[in-house]
Amino acid sequence: MTRVRVNGDGQAMVRKVEHPGVDTDVLLEWYRSMVFVRHFEEQAERSFRRGKVGGYLHLYIGQEAVAVGVLGAIRDDDIIFASYRDHAYVLLRGTDPGAVMAELYGKATGVCKGKGGSMHLFDVQRGFYGGYGVVGGHLPLAAGAAYTLRYDHGGDRVCVCFLGDGAMNTGAFHEALNLAGLWGHDGLCPLVLVVENNQYGMGTSVPRSSAVPALASRFDAYDIPNEVCDGMDPEVVYDVVRRGVDEVRRTGRPWAVETLTYRYAAHGAADLLQPYRAKTEVQEWRQRDPIAQTEQRLRHAGALDDAKVEAIAAEAERRVQEAVTFAEASPEPAPGELYTDVYGDERQRER
Amino acid sequence: MPKMSDAMTEGKVLSWRKRVGDRVARGDVLAEIETDKVNVEIEAESAGTLSEIVVGEGNLAPVGAVIARINGGAAGARPAERPSGPPRQEPATGAPARTDAPASTAAPASTAPRADGAAAPERPAATEAGAGAAERIKASPLARRLAAERGIDLSRVTGTGPGGRIVERDIEALAAGAPAAPARPATTAPAEAAPAGAEYEDVTLSRMRQAIARSVAQSHQTIPHFYVTNEVEMRRALDLRTQLKEAYGDAAAALSVNDLIVKAAALALRARPDLNATFASPDTVRRFRRVHLGIMVAVPDGLVVPVLRDADRLPLLRLALEARRLIEGARERRLRQDDFSGATFSISNLGMYDVTMFSAIINGPQAGILAIGRIEERPVVRDGAIVARPMMALTVSVDHRVTDGVGAAAFLAEMKRLLEHPVLLLGSSAANA
Amino acid sequence: MPELTYRDALKSTLVQEMDRDPRVLLMGEDIGVYGGTFLVTEGLLARYGPKRVIDTPISEAGFIGCGIGMAMLGLRPVIEVMTWNFSLVAADQIIQNAAKIRYFSGGQAGVPMVIRGPNGAGVQLSAQHSQALESLYGYFPGLFVAAPATPADARGLLRTAIRGSDPVIFLENASLYGLRGEVPDEEYTVPFGQAAVARHGRDVTLVTHGRTLHMTLAAAAQLAAGGVESDVIDLRTLRPLDMATVVESVRRTHRAVVIEDQGGLYGVAGEVMAGIYERAFDDLDAPVVRVSGEDVPMPYARTLEVLAQPNEAKIMEAVRRTVA
Repeated sequence: MTRVRVNGDGQAMVRKVEHPGVDTDVLLEWYRSMVFVRHFEEQAERSFRRGKVGGYLHLYIGQEAVAVGVLGAIRDDDIIFASYRDHAYVLLRGTDPGAVMAELYGKATGVCKGKGGSMHLFDVQRGFYGGYGVVGGHLPLAAGAAYTLRYDHGGDRVCVCFLGDGAMNTGAFHEALNLAGLWGHDGLCPLVLVVENNQYGMGTSVPRSSAVPALASRFDAYDIPNEVCDGMDPEVVYDVVRRGVDEVRRTGRPWAVETLTYRYAAHGAADLLQPYRAKTEVQEWRQRDPIAQTEQRLRHAGALDDAKVEAIAAEAERRVQEAVTFAEASPEPAPGELYTDVYGDERQRER
Repeated sequence: MPKMSDAMTEGKVLSWRKRVGDRVARGDVLAEIETDKVNVEIEAESAGTLSEIVVGEGNLAPVGAVIARINGGAAGARPAERPSGPPRQEPATGAPARTDAPASTAAPASTAPRADGAAAPERPAATEAGAGAAERIKASPLARRLAAERGIDLSRVTGTGPGGRIVERDIEALAAGAPAAPARPATTAPAEAAPAGAEYEDVTLSRMRQAIARSVAQSHQTIPHFYVTNEVEMRRALDLRTQLKEAYGDAAAALSVNDLIVKAAALALRARPDLNATFASPDTVRRFRRVHLGIMVAVPDGLVVPVLRDADRLPLLRLALEARRLIEGARERRLRQDDFSGATFSISNLGMYDVTMFSAIINGPQAGILAIGRIEERPVVRDGAIVARPMMALTVSVDHRVTDGVGAAAFLAEMKRLLEHPVLLLGSSAANA
Repeated sequence: MPELTYRDALKSTLVQEMDRDPRVLLMGEDIGVYGGTFLVTEGLLARYGPKRVIDTPISEAGFIGCGIGMAMLGLRPVIEVMTWNFSLVAADQIIQNAAKIRYFSGGQAGVPMVIRGPNGAGVQLSAQHSQALESLYGYFPGLFVAAPATPADARGLLRTAIRGSDPVIFLENASLYGLRGEVPDEEYTVPFGQAAVARHGRDVTLVTHGRTLHMTLAAAAQLAAGGVESDVIDLRTLRPLDMATVVESVRRTHRAVVIEDQGGLYGVAGEVMAGIYERAFDDLDAPVVRVSGEDVPMPYARTLEVLAQPNEAKIMEAVRRTVA
């Protein structure tokens, strides 16, 4: 178990902490989830290469521990906003993988009827309020949504906002956090900010894009309590976030965590050369792959063996292929869908 | 744009009968043209290939303007290979006589009495009414739609909008029979065409009526008219018509009393050529050797004058057929340009409109016109007794510069002699019609 | 029927809607303690408390974005921008989020939100505070754009905006706040996409919206004295744009002049003209003419500022050209 502090030079200081002690059954379930998400995304990339998936495809591969840890730490009635690297959240939230894959395929059966695509997955019924394509643009939305959760008296739901390290340099980040900090003083902003510092905003590293690479320190400016943690270990993420969320739920004040993580995948599926980082760096981070770490831990606890690992992988692949089959077989959106969902009251369109 | 009537200043191409690239033989119909009088077909005057259509369908062009080009010579000759550039459409045959006659009334040449001899090159385009008339007519979309709905030809409408644009009020005025309001500043009252309760109604003239107005005014103002009337007994002429119809059946079906009168007039003019003439210059009267009679035909919005050529020489039944062709063709607007040119004298018959007698305005530059009243039973004295006879009044209007009262009287006397002894109208070849 | 100022029509409507629906809340710079730059929200903080009348920092992207999040979760925020010029700071929020969320979520989420404030020029506010932005926001599907010109429409359109289910760009004008007019007592709404015929005439159709309605009506009155009767159409909303009413009028008058505050290039007038040409070409008896603001940033000097804007004389001149 590691917790991480970042010093002023932006260097991570890793120290061992006491193991939080997640139940083996829970950890095994997370393992299954992470394997499934990764299989899903690997398939998505294959489909992209085959021209089945268009546009931008931003993969989460390497960062799975964050999603699993955070979603494990919140309730089903909490809500989530996220950036465009959003496949894992909906899948972990329980959205039908077929509908997600169909959305990537641009089919009528997609979660957004084929109108959003990879960057704009939504499942409002499950509290997932969307992936957003403009870096940092969704932060004010999350702050306002959090305010709404306390607008009606008596609730204790929280709003989780996932953001990347790149978003922290946008104006919207600062404006939203200032408002969140202010409203937090009145207990009106139960906002959980999860920074997934995957070290690069597209191809520009944190030290090259942020004057103060100790990103979490920015939350101090808005009077928002914050922590930094290892984002490659789902148990650490879970432990840190659970305690943070409990505090937010109780106080109505925002709280932030910077998870140190890494995407092995390119920024987008079209980012092939990756000239901004060394292969050795990717290899180093792979040593700490969240799925491998968890597998080791479960094997150590006797909950996994080769056969079971294989079975879990096969099951993940089966579900993914089912999703692909569903997406492939789904119809294209009807031409009439072009004009729906522009307004809530369609009769208000131009006469 | 060939000039196809004396007063024609511009014409509108209704349709092209040949396409660019088509081989054209001399005499082939090239296009149908609408003039201020009639629609006529124009013919190619040279053979070759139609290389360019300059004035598209529906567009106006001033007389003399190039409306199309025909490459002469070998098939497939390309314009670019011709060092002299694309050939012009040849001007109409017949050199114009250089006279001091009013410019708008070119004198017919003696050998080819066609009034269309004014060659385009002598008419500077700038003097043509609407030098840019070949361009698109400026009309608002609404005016175009209204004109189309009401069958109004925009080329006949004078625009009163900015820059001469034809606007709604111009069409409404035409449809309502009121003149188009003059362009008005916005702050003046927007006009109804005529105020309600006005004691007058202004009627906008059609192009044809405008042309007639110009032409009769000019004739009446420039030609010193005098008038002579005589009465003719038509009993034998009517009998002759009856007999011919009986004798020839269908072959004489077209024969009318008018044909007998026309024939008589033609023969009388041959006998008294001082009226078959034109006042060509202050010191010259030109007498024509051939008799081409203009027959005034009423059409819905005015008058047209097709020409019965060599009326003196046509056997009666052929004259009747030709007259019928011209009159019906004029009413149906399907005559060709040749049918309207070259008259040397005109005849106007209002007998069918129950007119006793009248006098007509000469169709300049001709020297005379015959006005025919109705045939009616009137009491006359014959052999000392008062008897009823079918009588008809003939009035001839004469250019006093060309002849005097005696000449006019002699002409009428000859007509009277012929009609009262109508066997003279048959000539030797009447039966061979 | 009571006579109210445009300002009071807005304020009283906000009060009525906040009383009616607890989900309605107000947000903006200096709308609470200060009472609003144009005093539209004066006294409302005391009435509804700071949870429903939120004074924000000077932070348009932040608080407009927050409003979007609130709306997605079911509140009905009415956000004041001190001037629409400042909304450009939040253009990403309004254009990329508010306008599009319903669409790219496949209809799962909506943004029932109103952003309101003065649009266009005041008096000598110069370039950065005088831009009229209706064509900018009119461009984006997913937004509604309303521009009431009278106190009665201010109430009716604001009520429709607040009760609707989509983001509304609500354009007011500094010169209108003091305008008095009769406002019906009953609880009425003015539907979007329904222009008003503010004056009836047979000779020419004058199409306008917002502030310029009043100079257009003044010009129409003068023209009538000279015998030219104008149909004056107040568009009221620019998206949806009620071309049906415009076209119906042009079919009667056959002539049209379109008046707007903003510059002519890529503007509302151009859009209206295009609509007329597309739908009523064969009914036109003259080219459609527009009277727009001059194609310059708004100058400061009063004399120049007046030159830069449309006025009665410019409208009359345009009408004269059109009916010539």
